[in-house]
Parts: sequence; structure tokens; C-alpha cells
Amino acid sequence: MQPPIRVSAPAERLAASGLASAVTSAQIPPDEPARARRTPTALWWSLAFIVLLCLIALFAPLLAPYSPNEQLDIVGLKTRPPSFAHPLGTDQYSRDLLSRLLFGARISLSVAMLAVLLSATVGTAYGLVAGYLGGRVDAIMMRLLDACLSIPRVLLLVALLALWSPVPLGALIAIIGFTGWFEVSRLVRAEVLSVMQRDYALAARALGTPGLRIVWRHVLPNVLTPVFVAATLGVANVIILEAGLSYLGIGARAPTASWGSIFFDGSDAFQTTWWIALFPGLAIIMTVLAFNVFGTALRDALDPHQLAGGDAR
Amino acid sequence: MRRYVAARVGQSLIVVLLVTTVSFFLIRLAPGDPFSFAGEMAMNPAVRDRLRAQFGYNRPMVEQFVLFVGNVARGRLGYSHSMHRYVGDVIVDVLPRTLLLMSVALLLSFVIGVAVGALQALRRGTWLDRMLSSVLLAFYSIPDFWLALMALLALGYWVPIFPAGGMVDQIMHDYMSLGGRIRDVAAHLVLPAITLALLSAAGIARYQRDALLDVLPQDFVRTARAKGVGERMIVLKHALRNALLPVITLLGLSLPSLVGGAFFIEKVFAWPGMGYVAANAIASRDYDLVTGTVIAGGIVVTLGSLLADLLYAAADPRLRAR
Repeated sequence: MQPPIRVSAPAERLAASGLASAVTSAQIPPDEPARARRTPTALWWSLAFIVLLCLIALFAPLLAPYSPNEQLDIVGLKTRPPSFAHPLGTDQYSRDLLSRLLFGARISLSVAMLAVLLSATVGTAYGLVAGYLGGRVDAIMMRLLDACLSIPRVLLLVALLALWSPVPLGALIAIIGFTGWFEVSRLVRAEVLSVMQRDYALAARALGTPGLRIVWRHVLPNVLTPVFVAATLGVANVIILEAGLSYLGIGARAPTASWGSIFFDGSDAFQTTWWIALFPGLAIIMTVLAFNVFGTALRDALDPHQLAGGDAR
Repeated sequence: MRRYVAARVGQSLIVVLLVTTVSFFLIRLAPGDPFSFAGEMAMNPAVRDRLRAQFGYNRPMVEQFVLFVGNVARGRLGYSHSMHRYVGDVIVDVLPRTLLLMSVALLLSFVIGVAVGALQALRRGTWLDRMLSSVLLAFYSIPDFWLALMALLALGYWVPIFPAGGMVDQIMHDYMSLGGRIRDVAAHLVLPAITLALLSAAGIARYQRDALLDVLPQDFVRTARAKGVGERMIVLKHALRNALLPVITLLGLSLPSLVGGAFFIEKVFAWPGMGYVAANAIASRDYDLVTGTVIAGGIVVTLGSLLADLLYAAADPRLRAR
């Protein structure tokens, strides 16, 4: 599930095959002027929501009415629908669903953010090296990348985790992170190639600035913006991905509450205990939506080309 | 053109080999082998060594790898201990069901995606365009398995319009006429196919809209406008034809997410395809079946994107000439 990043690939492919002029015209149709004012609003709202989510995750022990794994009353409170004492109901082990959701935010958010941090770092490094060295090294590195990109990520993750499960949380983060950097490095490499051609980079080179210094002072700052945008959208993807893996029973380990594992608990008897499956899903949607809106709004705000032609989605 | 086709076919073969290699090393690097049980299940070391020798686990890694690749090439993917059948046979049985679900979903998602994208481009900048953009982003943010379960809950149980999971009516299907059987499968297909389609339609619509907006400022559109062609005709006849071409590439690119999505959707709807079988195999730690479905899934994706690229080359006269 990754259209927003994937979608750019055909355009790149076209550009590479020299047909770009026919498809990506420089002129962009006039869009409504109101958008320029609208984008920052979406940006701030989504950012505020993300900050709120992080605070909730951080202070989950203070906010949660119960302990997430405490079995309150395995007979009397088994699968109770939402009530005043338990606003989101209880699950089949009589655990309070609200508390589990609050603690689940910690796992879901930290897994997604750390995994994306890892893949953004690895991807940036790989893209910088390939783009800077160029020539044959670049060609080999890019072929390798193409091969990695063509393996469906979900299948790779399923195979990996199914054979190795149960994996500790750190390993889960590492596995998701190390299978997610391919797109980023392609993005970075393209950016490096374009920056190296710009006048200031050429001027720096002409003045005898060492190559690594050019990369550090001129290339990296230019690369970080698109990487940050891609990472924001990546967090949204990984939250869904982690939830899906937990739903297959190969993500976060059993008693640990993550949004995906809570959903997994509720999916068996969902006809009668719908609240266990409904609420973690709503939590995922709101979070993912916030990250997606933030990412696209950020891209539009930072990239004047996108501003005219694109949209806030 | 011939060189392009040859290069693409070669590239696909390499990818399939790569998928096989990765699967092999995943199995070999995973802790233990089928005979290493702990506790009371532990085997007598002599018996274990004999079994390891019998099944080739004591041979050098390179030899095992060559054997593995040779077996995969001949369709021997091992034995599924949870289904008591050869993995190859299981996949031959379930793959057509997944392909049926996927192709219907793919078709639906392109129809929906292209239509919505064209509508947005036609009404660009209006409230309709913005609203559809927001709706698409919302759809894009929904986890596939969650939407599937909620659709099943709402339309399979609360308001039982559609059958609640499965591919056929377990009891009555065998007694139906041919037409009845087709209607039965179609009724079971509606919910999973629409769920799967809606999620990938979001990406396609966005891409279609942007592709159309790229085409609209071009000279031939201006010419058409100067001739007095209506805006609707310009978008639907002049621009859409040119903007459809890059969308073909999306066909191949949306396959990985469709195959991945099928994993979850099939599990939710108990659609007895590859994803459903794989999910069950994971639960029963049936490693051969898991890797078998992963390899088969990888091959489906690779073939699909190869097909999309060839289709693209055939449809684009500029590429055809090379």
C-alpha cells in the first residue's frame, strides 16, 4: 500500500526514457488561488494532531484508567460493550480497551517513527554515495536498487517475520526499517544529481572545495527537505503495515498492545464484539490521515512547483 | 522494440531468481531446522543426524541452494504439513482464485480511478475537486483489512445483503446449475473485490488527475479549444487519450500493493486464495507453504509488471519505433 511515493515512479521512468517533454510540460494550468491560503491551515491542524498523539503516547501511563495488560475481572467484565466505566468497552480477557489503545499508541507510533528514521538514514546515505560517486558505481548501485524495489515489500516482510516470529520489538523495527529505504535512496540520488549541476555546486567545485564538503554543505541540506516529506508519508505507511503484520499475528508480540494486535484480538468474534475491532481501526485512520495530510501539505508548502500544479489532497 | 522486450524479460527472470534466493536464505538463516525440537520433543541425536542426511540438510550450502533453485524452477516447492499436500499442488489450486479476485479488483479500481481522476481534472479547482481529493486521501489512509472487516460487518451481518465470507455457498453450490454457480461466486466476489479496488483506486485517481493536468496545457488542447471544442470533449477525447498512457504503467506498479492487499483481504473474507492459505500457513508455522506462496506471489507481481511494460511499449508509438 504505497501509492504516494510509488506514483512518482512512472514519471521518473518516462523522464529516464527521454519522453518527459511529451508528458511533463513546464506550463501548469492555473489552479485556484485560494489554495495558497488553505495549505498552511491543513499543515498546522495535522501537525497539532500529530503532536497531540505523541503527547498521548508519552503520557499514556498517566492518562490510561487501567493497566493495559491487567485482566480486571475475567468473568464479569469479559467483552463488555462501551459503558461509562469503560468508555470503549473491554476485550475477551476483560482488559480495558481505552487503556490498551492509549498504550498501543506508544508501540504503533514508536515502531513507525523509528523504522522510518532508520530507512530514511540508510536511504539517504545510499543515495548520496550513489549520486556523488556516479559512473559505474552508481550504475551498479541503481541496478541493485531496482532489483530490491521489484520484490513486493509485504511478501518479503511476511516471509521474514513468519519464519522468525516471534521477534522482539527492536528486531521488528529493524526489519521494517531495512526493507523501506529503497524509495528514499532513489529520491536522494535524483536530488544529488540535480544539485551537483547547479551553479553554486559547480562554483564550489571550481573554487577547489573538497567533494565531501560540497556534499555536506550544499547537497545534504537540499536533500533533507524531500526526505523529510517522504519520511512523513512513510510513517503513515508503516503504521498501516505494522498493524497489518500484527493482524497476521507476526507483528508485535501477544500481550503487547499495538493498534494492530488489538484489532487482531477483536477480529475473530467481530460480529458480536465489534468495538474491539472498530476503535483501533479508527485510531489508525486518524493517525495515518494526519501524517498523510501533514506530508502532502508540507510538500506543497515547500515545493513551489507542486504548489501550482498539485493539490493538498 | 525486440531488444527492449528481451531486456525486460531478462530483467524479470533475474528478479524471480532474486526472490527465490532471498526465500532460500530466509529459510536457511531462520533458527533451527525441521528436526530441531527442544524439550520432550527433542530427538535422539543419531536419528536427527540420519534425518538431516536423508533430507539433505548436511550438504554444503551452495549445493543446497542449487538444488532449491532447480526444484523451484520445476515447480517443486516442498510439502505442506498443515494441508498434507505438495505446496505446488496447493498453489495450483488457490492461485486462480486469487487471480480472479485481483483481476476484478484491478479492473474496478482502474474504472473508478480513471473516472474520478478525469472528473477532478474536468472540474479542477472547484469544491468537487477538493472534496474528492479529501475523500481519496481518507480512503488512502484506511488500513485495507479494517475496511474489509467493517464492510463485512455492515453488509454481511448487520444488513445481510451479501454473503458473509467464503467463495461459494458451502452447502448449496454443488447442487446449482452453471448459471447459479456463476451468480453464487459473483455474489461472494462483490465485497472483497470492491474493498480491494477502492483502496488502490485512490492512488490511481490522483495519478490520473495529475496526468490530465499535465496534458491540458499542451498545444493540441489549445488547438482543440480554439476550434471551439467543448471542455468536456477536450478532457474526455483529446486529453484523456494521451493521459491514459502513463496510467498503464500504474497497472504494473499497483500489483505489489494488490498482492499485498490480497493477503489481508482474503483473510478477512475467508476467500480461499493464496493470501488466505498463506495467513493460515503462518498461523500453523507451515514454512514450506509460506515461502511457496511468497515465491508464487513474487512471480505473479513480476509477470504482471512485465506485462504492463510490454503493453505500454505496444501502445506507445514512440517506444515501439525503437
